[in-house]
Amino acid sequence: MSAASVPLPRWVTFGLMPALNLAVAFLISGLVVAFIGESPLEAVEVLLTGALGSGEGIGYTLFYATNFIFTGLAVAVAFHCGLFNIGGEGQAYLGGLGAALVALSLGEVLPWYATMPVAVLAAALFGAAWALIPAWLQASRGSHIVITTIMFNFIGAALMVYLLVNILKVPGAMAPETRTFAEGGQLPKLAFPFELFGARLGAAPFNVSFVIALLMAVLVWLLIWRTRLGYEIRATGTNPTAAIYAGIPYRRTVIVTMLISGGLAGMMALNPVMGASARLQVEFVGGAGFVGIAVALMGRSHPLGIVFAAILFGVLYQGGAELSFWIPSITRDMIVVIQGLVILFAGALENMFRPALARLFWRVPTASSVKA
Amino acid sequence: MDLFTAAVLVLDSTVRLTIPLLFAALAGLFSERAGVFDIGLEGKMLAGAFAAGSIAIVTGSPYLALVGAILVSVALSLVHGFASITAKGNQIVSGVAINFVAAGLTVLLGQNWFSQGGRTPQLPNTARFNPIELPGAAAVRDVPVVGYLYAELISGHSILVYLAFLAVPFSWWALYRTRFGLRLRAVGENPGAVDTAGISVEWLRYRAVIVAGIFCGLSGAYLAIAQSAGFIKDMTAGKGYIALAALIFAKWKPVPVMFACLLFGFLDAVAIRLQGTPVPLVGEVPVQIFQALPYILTCILLAGFIGTAIPPKAGGVPYTKER
Repeated sequence: MSAASVPLPRWVTFGLMPALNLAVAFLISGLVVAFIGESPLEAVEVLLTGALGSGEGIGYTLFYATNFIFTGLAVAVAFHCGLFNIGGEGQAYLGGLGAALVALSLGEVLPWYATMPVAVLAAALFGAAWALIPAWLQASRGSHIVITTIMFNFIGAALMVYLLVNILKVPGAMAPETRTFAEGGQLPKLAFPFELFGARLGAAPFNVSFVIALLMAVLVWLLIWRTRLGYEIRATGTNPTAAIYAGIPYRRTVIVTMLISGGLAGMMALNPVMGASARLQVEFVGGAGFVGIAVALMGRSHPLGIVFAAILFGVLYQGGAELSFWIPSITRDMIVVIQGLVILFAGALENMFRPALARLFWRVPTASSVKA
Repeated sequence: MDLFTAAVLVLDSTVRLTIPLLFAALAGLFSERAGVFDIGLEGKMLAGAFAAGSIAIVTGSPYLALVGAILVSVALSLVHGFASITAKGNQIVSGVAINFVAAGLTVLLGQNWFSQGGRTPQLPNTARFNPIELPGAAAVRDVPVVGYLYAELISGHSILVYLAFLAVPFSWWALYRTRFGLRLRAVGENPGAVDTAGISVEWLRYRAVIVAGIFCGLSGAYLAIAQSAGFIKDMTAGKGYIALAALIFAKWKPVPVMFACLLFGFLDAVAIRLQGTPVPLVGEVPVQIFQALPYILTCILLAGFIGTAIPPKAGGVPYTKER
């Protein structure tokens, strides 16, 4: 047994290790800030004040976090089945089409609370549809899901640009976007929890989809740990061969898991499309599908962890926007760098400190802890 | 313009659009044949392009810029190597991270150093790799068909273009006719066997990702200081992923990689050529179809309709010694 597989206390695996990894990622981000000649401490202060210092800031933070809860859950569900759904970006993009079609049609005649359930279904359905072919290719043809979902991100992007430029665009307008949805096609802002504490939401587009996101987090928890399907998903993810031997149908499990994953990614579109801009725009996903990977990794694929990780990334997004406003030499691209570093250290290098921690907690040299 | 001239011009731009794909796909070839998945091709190209653009504008030397691009790209490769070989992390996640870091850092530093919205300043021709007139090109230009093809299509590219096409037989030789290549392919299929033979799996894989870094650096340098005159924000624009698609389309083999890249380069060239001009019988073809076609073709291939693409068996799995 090597140091990498020595069992560690749960609080180390789920608390200390992610915290250490994050700390390294932020330390290096600080070095980048110092390298371009700004004070890292001042940057942190601006970032935190911008993200959490006012009602409006918190509203924006939670607005971004909503996106990441959806995409993080999408990645996590696939993870539990041993699948890497890197296509959240494309699935969310297509989900936007579903939501927009409902908002454009039903939104004209129905109030928002009647449009919303249909829009949620449509967004999930379109997102799931975009995951179907990669899922089928993985389940039946054995082609790697990472590759096919990447391909479908690009095919989806091309398709959506085509639809927006040639079909959905308002005739005569320049911008490739749909017309603004009617009142019934927009999700209302959630201002009252803020007013409860005497804060003001201001211009922040924090809306009802946050509640849907939390609901989905609960449903995903129920699905994964409290249902038969969830058990089958986890069994397939842990050991596909054993799962097949135990009578769990591999193809069905993979396809159903990917449909759920794609559906969750698709629902992410509700937040920016119906909750904020009230129209379908080009590239509205803006990398949230990829951030979902980092969120799922940091949250250890557990819904509760994902909600916390999503809020952390929301803080980074909103704080980063403020940062580029107050310290112009730190452009918005700094957020992309921090995200990259967080993905690197909390994701790819997640076990970097494991051997050292294992030595620390076992107080024995790794070589002598080996038993035949 | 007659049809022949038009065809030659499209083929000429095909060659130019193929080069970045070809270098990047060869990078992926070495890395993935050794069992290290690399979706960070895009990020390494981008970082290489930025390094090339910045160094070229500061020093004025395209050669220094090329070396710089390769060094930066290899550095990112080593990060990927450390994460996926030594730390036994998830290779896909590591690749995604590298793409993020490169996308952010290039623009952030570019804006801070040059204040042109993430671009590097326009390069003078002396700081770029310029087209090379092959001997006799001017003399034979007027010879019908053959002479014109030679002068337009074969001659008049930068040194990196010729280097890219030379890299194809070189890669084939290195992978299939050297001891290094045999071991590299073996380590991607069955690292346990290689380990049993007393060869270091880790060091072999590190060498493979370093080669990948060199090729991505070449690809980035071509974009910034040969094809264009400077670095532009997000100038790879998904080329790293198209290269990945080409690599799979070519079933992880060097010579087919070249043809796949030429095919995807051709699609790109046709898309640019057809933009806004209606095609007889079909009408105006939306440019997005050509953008999506490389990916659609690759997915059709993966579905098993055009042969099968079997990836290296040990791809994506970190190697842990049995104890």
